Amino acid sequence: MNFDDTEDEAKFRAEAVAFLEKNLEKKDAGAGRADRSRDDFLTRAKAWQKTKAAGGFAQITWPKAIGGRGGTPIQQVIWNQEESKFDAPTSPFAIGLGMCVPTVIAFGSDEHKQRFVPKALVGDEIWCQLFSEPAAGSDVAGLKTKAVKDGDDWVINGQKVWTTGAQFSDYGIVLTRTDPDVPKHKGLTMFIVNMKDPGVEVRPIHQASGGREFNEVYFTDVRIPDSDRLGDPGQGWKVALVTLMNERLAVGGSPGPDWKEIMGYARDAGTMSDGAFRAKLADWYVAAQGYKLTKFRSQTALSKGETPGPENSIGKVITANHLQDICNSAVEMQDHYGIISDRDKAPAEAIFQESLMWAPGLRIAGGTDEILKNIIAERVLGLPQDVRVDKDKAFSEM
Amino acid sequence: MDFDFSDDQKFLRDEARKFLEAQCTSAVVRNVLDNDDVSHAEDLWKQVKEMGWLGAAIPEEHGGLGLGMLEMCVIAEELGRVLAPIPFSSSAFYFAEAIKQFGTDAQKSAYLPKIASGEFVGCLATSEGPGDSDAAKLKTGFSSGKVSGTKLPVTDGDIATHALVLAKDGSGASMAIVALDADGVTRTPIQTLEPTRSHAEIVFDGAAAELLGNEVGNGMTQLDSILNRAAILVAFEQVGGASRCLEMAIEYANERQAFGRPIGGYQAIKHKLADMYVKNEVARSNAYYGAWALSTDAAELPEAAAAARVAASEAFWFASKENIQTHGGMGFTWEVDCHLYYRRAKLLSVQAGAPGVWKEKLVTALERKNAA
Ligand SMILES: Cc1cc2nc3c(=O)[nH]c(=O)nc-3n(C[C@H](O)[C@H](O)[C@H](O)COP(=O)(O)OP(=O)(O)OC[C@H]3O[C@@H](n4cnc5c(N)ncnc54)[C@H](O)[C@@H]3O)c2cc1C
Repeated sequence: MNFDDTEDEAKFRAEAVAFLEKNLEKKDAGAGRADRSRDDFLTRAKAWQKTKAAGGFAQITWPKAIGGRGGTPIQQVIWNQEESKFDAPTSPFAIGLGMCVPTVIAFGSDEHKQRFVPKALVGDEIWCQLFSEPAAGSDVAGLKTKAVKDGDDWVINGQKVWTTGAQFSDYGIVLTRTDPDVPKHKGLTMFIVNMKDPGVEVRPIHQASGGREFNEVYFTDVRIPDSDRLGDPGQGWKVALVTLMNERLAVGGSPGPDWKEIMGYARDAGTMSDGAFRAKLADWYVAAQGYKLTKFRSQTALSKGETPGPENSIGKVITANHLQDICNSAVEMQDHYGIISDRDKAPAEAIFQESLMWAPGLRIAGGTDEILKNIIAERVLGLPQDVRVDKDKAFSEM
Repeated sequence: MDFDFSDDQKFLRDEARKFLEAQCTSAVVRNVLDNDDVSHAEDLWKQVKEMGWLGAAIPEEHGGLGLGMLEMCVIAEELGRVLAPIPFSSSAFYFAEAIKQFGTDAQKSAYLPKIASGEFVGCLATSEGPGDSDAAKLKTGFSSGKVSGTKLPVTDGDIATHALVLAKDGSGASMAIVALDADGVTRTPIQTLEPTRSHAEIVFDGAAAELLGNEVGNGMTQLDSILNRAAILVAFEQVGGASRCLEMAIEYANERQAFGRPIGGYQAIKHKLADMYVKNEVARSNAYYGAWALSTDAAELPEAAAAARVAASEAFWFASKENIQTHGGMGFTWEVDCHLYYRRAKLLSVQAGAPGVWKEKLVTALERKNAA
């Protein structure tokens, strides 16, 4: 039990901090949110990604041969810890570098790797994940978007939904149905798709939170060369699982205000003397620590070259509900005034109000609470699978 | 960073588990449960003494094994898993740690070797009535080397040879050490929710007592510190019990059939068990942090201890009650062990400060820390 860096880790951390200090502003003590709504957000994000790549800090664990640093998982963790203390606009790259490009690296050809990896790494090209559809979310293998072979091409028709970042993406990985006459998991195929193709139409979704960050994506006779297939025809589910596995590594971090922020607000507001509030604050601290320290346990395993245990699967079940609960309490503490979401008038620049509206999405994105609990129950605890009545039926017979 | 136990500590855990699974079976626990005249598992207690576990964290110069607090955490978890019906925690977590921290050199030499060997068994006597022990409410008094007053419940009070008694001392409070075979000490076993751990009412009537350490009126500060350290060890005991509840629930859910399939295939059960798992992991991680703070005497000890205690009390309570629920009617029978964990969960959550008390301590610590 020891929280100190090893000598190598300390050296790497010092290097990372020096680089960050040279290139970025520290997050201000207040709300400290990467402000996606600013017009120049994407430009700033791309510039930062380029700087980071030049400094050798983009994708630290990737091999040097493909532009990574060839570093250790623990170095990546150290980098993430330090970068999160700065005002670093990184979110446009999370899905691409965290999920899509690793899938391309795992299943793509050498040409794919040469063509796509360097540009993604320096932030010139952004990627999105085109899996979910209106009738296939949790049950994503039930998707309908069709790909039909035509000569050396595949022709894609259909609709995706909730595609994060599609509006500014250059490429995407799209999961399609290529064989409807076999059970649903067996007739899927994954492709790389050029988001600038004239047959691809992106329509931003007006979210419950008010923003328009996610999209519907329509495919009308989009031709994809067979060479841009990832994995064999019918093996799309296997490919998708690799993407989703990377998702669980990519998702995480602090999604919004936590115990410290609400404690800060309670002090200003004079509610620290309320016993009921104090009891809740204790619970929030315990949950936040539980989440953070559980990650430390996994990282310890990683740093010893072991496979982390299943404990990491508790992450989003805790954080999403935790965020919703904290924001709800902060708004209720403000009484009638709590309904104000104007950043100039609301306490803490309306961070609690905004996160309250974002929290429901977090409980759904990347696997709903219910699906995550199923996964814990089935894969970690070894309980029987849910009944899956469609498992052995051909998709076309459903 | 190395946020895990070492290989040696894991080896100790495996050995302890093997030993306890063989020697502290359900039948051993039930022998204490079902017999009013059996206060603890004597054979098990004898073997535990012989292995030196009581002195795991006592320095060799005072007759202990001189291992450390992390090893004690490992042992605590294992004792918690099997509901060991022995006065281990009273003697090792509370009494010995108090002497180690606040005892004079003479007290250390007098008590630690005998606690380590098991010749002396210590206990902590603070409670006098409903509610948290605070100086203002204390009725038991300590003056001119004598203690008078009534303490209840005292965990292991009828088994122990010595008690650490919180008593009013002039305008403040002190901690006093009392030999329980002295004149003026009357002990009566009392009925509690948790009969596998013995409890007594102790009446002191001018019993000879010696001050812990050499500073009068320091009792509340000492107690606070004693409880912080013990809290982390108790949290490991709780995590052990909670883990065992989850295992029992999984086993039963896989085996028990209803409506043509195992009940573990139904989401109401699956999600309940997933919730248990999440709470248990939160508790385990907080307990590990406590272990780190304890073993390094970190400045973070107060908040780490309180967080460990709050998380572990919640996890064990939840796991023990939902384990009964998962077992259905069988879970409500005396024969099935579920209720033993439910009883132990309740004892450990109220002993030496209920969750509300620890939550308040936690927030106070956070305020202190974030004021600077
Ligand atoms: C903010 C946000 C960003 C997203 N970004 C992307 C993206 O970039 N790319 C992408 O492909 N997708 C994305 N998604 C889609 C996301 O993956 C799906 O919304 C999610 O998987 C849930 O699917 P659904 O919306 O169809 O809900 P449904 O699957 O219809 O679920 C509805 C309700 O039923 C429950 N339910 C469903 N099945 C079960 C079951 N077996 N057992 C118990 N309960 C069940 C769910 O938990 C939920 O409560 C995003 C979603 C959000 C909200």
